Amino acid sequence: MALLQIAEPGQSTNPHEHKLAIGIDLGTTNSLVASVRSGEAKVLPDSQGRFSLPSVVHYGADRTVNVGFAAKANAENDPENTIVSVKRFLGRGLADINSTYGKLPYIFVEKQNKLSLLTSQGEKNPIEVSAEILYVLKQQAENTLGGDLVGAVITVPAHFDDAQRQGTKDAAQLAGINVLRLINEPTAAAVAYGLDSGQEGIVAIYDLGGGTFDISILRLNKGVFEVLSTGGDTALGGDDFDSKIVESILAKAGIDTELSAKSLRKLADLGCKIKEQLSDTDSVDYEIEIESQTTPQKISGSFSKQDFENSIADLVKSTLRSCRRALKDADVEKEQVLEVVMVGGSTRVPYVREQVKAFFAREPLTSIDPDQVVAIGASIQADLLAGNKPDSDMLLLDVTPLSLGLETMGGLVEKVIPRNTTIPVARAQEFTTYKDGQTMMAIHVLQGERELVDDCRSLARFVLKDIPPLTAGIAVIRVTFNIDADGLLSVTALEKSTGVESSIQVKPSYGLEQFEIADMIKASMTNAKEDIQARMLREQQVDAIRMMEALDAAMSESPELLSEDDKLAIEQAIGKLKLTTQGTDGQAIKHAIKFLDDTSQPFAARRMENSIKVALTGHSVDAV
Amino acid sequence: MRFFDLFELPVSFQIDNDLLLERYREIQKKVHPDNHANASENEKLLSVQRAAEVNDAYETLKKPLNRAEYMVSEHGFDVRHEQHTIRDGMFLMQQMELREELEEIESASDVEAAFDRFYADIKKLMDEFTEKFESEFKQASYESAADAVRKLRFIYKLKDEAQQLEEKLLDF
Repeated sequence: MALLQIAEPGQSTNPHEHKLAIGIDLGTTNSLVASVRSGEAKVLPDSQGRFSLPSVVHYGADRTVNVGFAAKANAENDPENTIVSVKRFLGRGLADINSTYGKLPYIFVEKQNKLSLLTSQGEKNPIEVSAEILYVLKQQAENTLGGDLVGAVITVPAHFDDAQRQGTKDAAQLAGINVLRLINEPTAAAVAYGLDSGQEGIVAIYDLGGGTFDISILRLNKGVFEVLSTGGDTALGGDDFDSKIVESILAKAGIDTELSAKSLRKLADLGCKIKEQLSDTDSVDYEIEIESQTTPQKISGSFSKQDFENSIADLVKSTLRSCRRALKDADVEKEQVLEVVMVGGSTRVPYVREQVKAFFAREPLTSIDPDQVVAIGASIQADLLAGNKPDSDMLLLDVTPLSLGLETMGGLVEKVIPRNTTIPVARAQEFTTYKDGQTMMAIHVLQGERELVDDCRSLARFVLKDIPPLTAGIAVIRVTFNIDADGLLSVTALEKSTGVESSIQVKPSYGLEQFEIADMIKASMTNAKEDIQARMLREQQVDAIRMMEALDAAMSESPELLSEDDKLAIEQAIGKLKLTTQGTDGQAIKHAIKFLDDTSQPFAARRMENSIKVALTGHSVDAV
Repeated sequence: MRFFDLFELPVSFQIDNDLLLERYREIQKKVHPDNHANASENEKLLSVQRAAEVNDAYETLKKPLNRAEYMVSEHGFDVRHEQHTIRDGMFLMQQMELREELEEIESASDVEAAFDRFYADIKKLMDEFTEKFESEFKQASYESAADAVRKLRFIYKLKDEAQQLEEKLLDF
């Protein structure tokens, strides 16, 4: 009789067991978490059955941190310590925020290019605030799904730049989430719709959220979602509709003085309420008490649908301009668009729907809840990346939304990777010295479409050192820019005559350093009385198991690509890792993983080459 | 890796775009990082590099100018990065005239018709030098083929500029 095998709790013995993975829509106003269960992608509710979590974090004077509904309830009473729509501040500097958003009820602190919000619990970086939201969503998912997660797909606006993407990924790391992939919100929505309908052809995704606008043009073919172009505005959304209403109310009342933080919050809430009500009625009466120069003042009046539409007409028009540009970039005519999909809460505004319908001359699709569609799409991709669907034919091919360039003489930008280039992408550029004996070179990386450095966003500056001192123009430095599948940038440099390679960590202008993240994790652990050693060990064990399973599968899939020697070496390395994983030495596990990784490298390379041949001819080629 | 070999296509300027797209998708389904999300660190890195190369190869072969540039680069003519002056006086004169035509569009009474005329002129030149490139390349006269590609670069650049102007003038 065979003996029963009993696995360690949480360790799977069966590589085909369903792994728990989630999709997170980290929104400006609301955030959601979804997962694929029994083959169906669904948003996971909280303990009270609510599907979306307000993206609001409250830092109480008593050291408590509230996230979501409880925090939102505090917004009016304690505006300085209640962070609303923090997504707008990710990867941004103070000058940026002031010019884009105007009056906000927060106390911003900027030190050495690092922006924080001063709260009753000290300075909080937008990344930390976002991590609080992600942590709650992760907990909610673990409670509902009943187990440890292998990871998450997190969505970002397609138009997010490198600093904003890196900030999102760092926030996930702080929250203890393994990021399987960052994907673009419109692409996630396309996945949710595309898999439903199985349609083939060109689709347009119009995504207007609380704080961001994206338009993506995709081509769907046999499970491949190919993004042809994307456009948008990371500072345009429903929040701006609200502020237009507020502006208009204040103008009518003749108020142009500085208002208290409390009044600003009250007004913003009023603007949002009026907007929502105008979806169903033609006019809304309002009455509100605000403090203007410490004197309380009551203003009241009536706001009509027409007033509203007049005040947002320019904003909506600018979204349509982005649509026209995206179509042009995709080289697609309006008539070729098969479907227009509406995503994001702000597409509930009837005026927006009417305008989009008129522009594309087609009734837009709204059959999946526009608030949930992004999270649902993300969970489908997470399920796939976790390895739950080995036979799936689905593939997302996304693009980089903004051109990447370098500063050249005279403050001009030379483009290295144009916008709408399919990722991952690697492009090299060669530089030379302009002075005899020059040993250093400063490189400034920018993102944006304009020609002048000052009009683009500065991503990073770094200095290439140790260039051999030669006559001007002789040394050739090859700098390679890589954008990975998450849309994140890394840079490597190689001096050609000496072959000396150096890799440059791109430090986003408003992000966190890796050591700062580590410090924050440590600090949060101390607070939560969790054991950092235990967490590290657990992470290494999960990594080890994942790796062994992957190799097992690879070896049984293509035994013909393994020589006897290779096979023996890999099996020995696996044996060693297995043994180490049963122990409690995290560092030793890490080394054993690395050893197995290196040992199996030639096999992995052969498999990659072989897979291309198989893709085209349908049969495998002997490579050993 | 040679790009045409990657997609198992013959080295030729005339390309079956549908077949190229189909093979591109098939290969990406295998090498893309999304299909190696659970693999070892080495394999993940390999996959990102491979997928980037495949994207680059596809991008290069898909667009006519990139394709022509690539074809002569395989024969030692790096027209993309070289410092080379075109000495063909007739061609330069033609370019100047086209530039003048472009500058005058802004003040034309019917801007859209003026753009249509301009694009038609450009198209004629594109066809002419594409044909020249193809026939020279077929005869293995790579020097003259490269010369035709250099001229094509001029013409494509002019087209880009025209499109930018069109965007500006017609409120894109």
